[in-house]
Amino acid sequence: MKPPVLQVEGYSKHFELHEQGKLIPSSHNVNFSVHAGELTALIGPTGAGKSSVLKGIYRTYLPSSGRMLYRDANGRELDLAQAGEHQILELRRWEIGFVTQFLHCLPRQATLDVVAQPLFALGAAREEAREQAAELLAAMNLPQRLWSVSPATFSGGEKQRVNLARGFIAKPRLLLLDEPTASLDPATAERVIALIEGLKANGTAMLAIFHHPEVTGRLADRVVELSPPPAIEELLKEIA
Amino acid sequence: MNKIFEVRGLSKIYGPGCPLCIESTGPDADTNICPHCGSVVAIHDVSFDLFEGEILGLMGESGSGKSTVVKCLYFDQPPSSGEAVFFDRDRQHELFALNAAQQRWLRNHRFGMVYQNPHLGLNFNISAGGNIAERLLMSDLMDYGAIRARARELLARTEVLLSRMDELPKNFSGGMQQRVQIAKALATQPPLLFLDEVTTGLDLSVQARILDLILEIQQELKTAMIVVTHDLGVIRLLTGRALVMKYGRIIEAGLTDQILEDPQHAYTQRLVASAL
Repeated sequence: MKPPVLQVEGYSKHFELHEQGKLIPSSHNVNFSVHAGELTALIGPTGAGKSSVLKGIYRTYLPSSGRMLYRDANGRELDLAQAGEHQILELRRWEIGFVTQFLHCLPRQATLDVVAQPLFALGAAREEAREQAAELLAAMNLPQRLWSVSPATFSGGEKQRVNLARGFIAKPRLLLLDEPTASLDPATAERVIALIEGLKANGTAMLAIFHHPEVTGRLADRVVELSPPPAIEELLKEIA
Repeated sequence: MNKIFEVRGLSKIYGPGCPLCIESTGPDADTNICPHCGSVVAIHDVSFDLFEGEILGLMGESGSGKSTVVKCLYFDQPPSSGEAVFFDRDRQHELFALNAAQQRWLRNHRFGMVYQNPHLGLNFNISAGGNIAERLLMSDLMDYGAIRARARELLARTEVLLSRMDELPKNFSGGMQQRVQIAKALATQPPLLFLDEVTTGLDLSVQARILDLILEIQQELKTAMIVVTHDLGVIRLLTGRALVMKYGRIIEAGLTDQILEDPQHAYTQRLVASAL
């Protein structure tokens, strides 16, 4: 069997709030792997640190401990927890995509350009990138009259589709998805599920958190259950 | 990716300075004024790398020293100590070892600067087009027709109405003055651009256009940029990495989204939590 694209070993994350003198535990001792063309789903109760795992891999959070071994397109392995900032930025540009629950984009930017942004960043021709963006938005059933306006006034479900399209467009090797179908109606959710299946078939390795257990059941090749972090006292003993 | 700029141990002290200046100032001392000699330690031991086409943010509140860093690197002020190496194609320049003429050459040909105050970046006594021509002349372009054509092209690119090309910048709105300044800075297609609070004081819709323009330029020309701002929104939208400064010191450095969502230093945590 081919080695995994991502192997996470003993990942933990806690936050140290200096002003309040508090330690907030999040993910605790998480282990799993993600493979090309497969989807690994994280499940567990609220507060078990599912999103913190995704953010740690993307390095939006600095991991507190553990290893996150990533095998890049050239077959080189590196620990994302230790990688340099420029290495992470390059991986984000070329290989690792992240669809969060929130859409951050330039004010007043047309939706088509928001979606095409990852391709612009790779140096793609503007018109070509916009065409690909249009294709994706059509596949997600986002009405064409919305494409030329900024997503600022969009509904939750519309914003989510823009966010998904932007995450899918560059066809990343590893895609992190945080509740991608949460605020979509059933018909639109089906379209998104079909797109996820398409990416998987093309070899993208995926790590996802789904709101609905039945979506997890349909899409996941591996399921990893996270348990809530231990009480602060226990955690303090561990890191001491 | 190639390194374009390497800054090591940059310091700037205003005043006589004394042996106790450094230990008596900084975030822990909660001041940048030396209690022993009254000198202001504007920046101390600032080090960072900048890569080709990268946008680096310098953030911190007023007086944290972020503008001083940029002023030293653009030769507006000499630093008290430190090194900065600029890697330009197959050559490298040690900025503070160059003589005045060599520094001027770099400033005119290879660096660009956009100031918060357009009065610093533009000559208000000559037209918008003339401002750009001035910079092109300094970089050895002498043909009138070619200068005029290039100025038109740049002003069109930064969306300044060409019909106003021959007007004085004082007749322009703040946002338009800023766009002329950007056009002027870009005239020589510099690989390195400094932007000092360029959107501060502009109304929101104008800010958005300027930010959009900056990102487009970065993607098209692969210009590396150092963006100085106290606006966390600008930092989030423009930069990939950021440095947080307080009392002249870098207290935290990292990926921009990490600094905003998982700040490590107590001061950064407070700064981010206070954002509107």
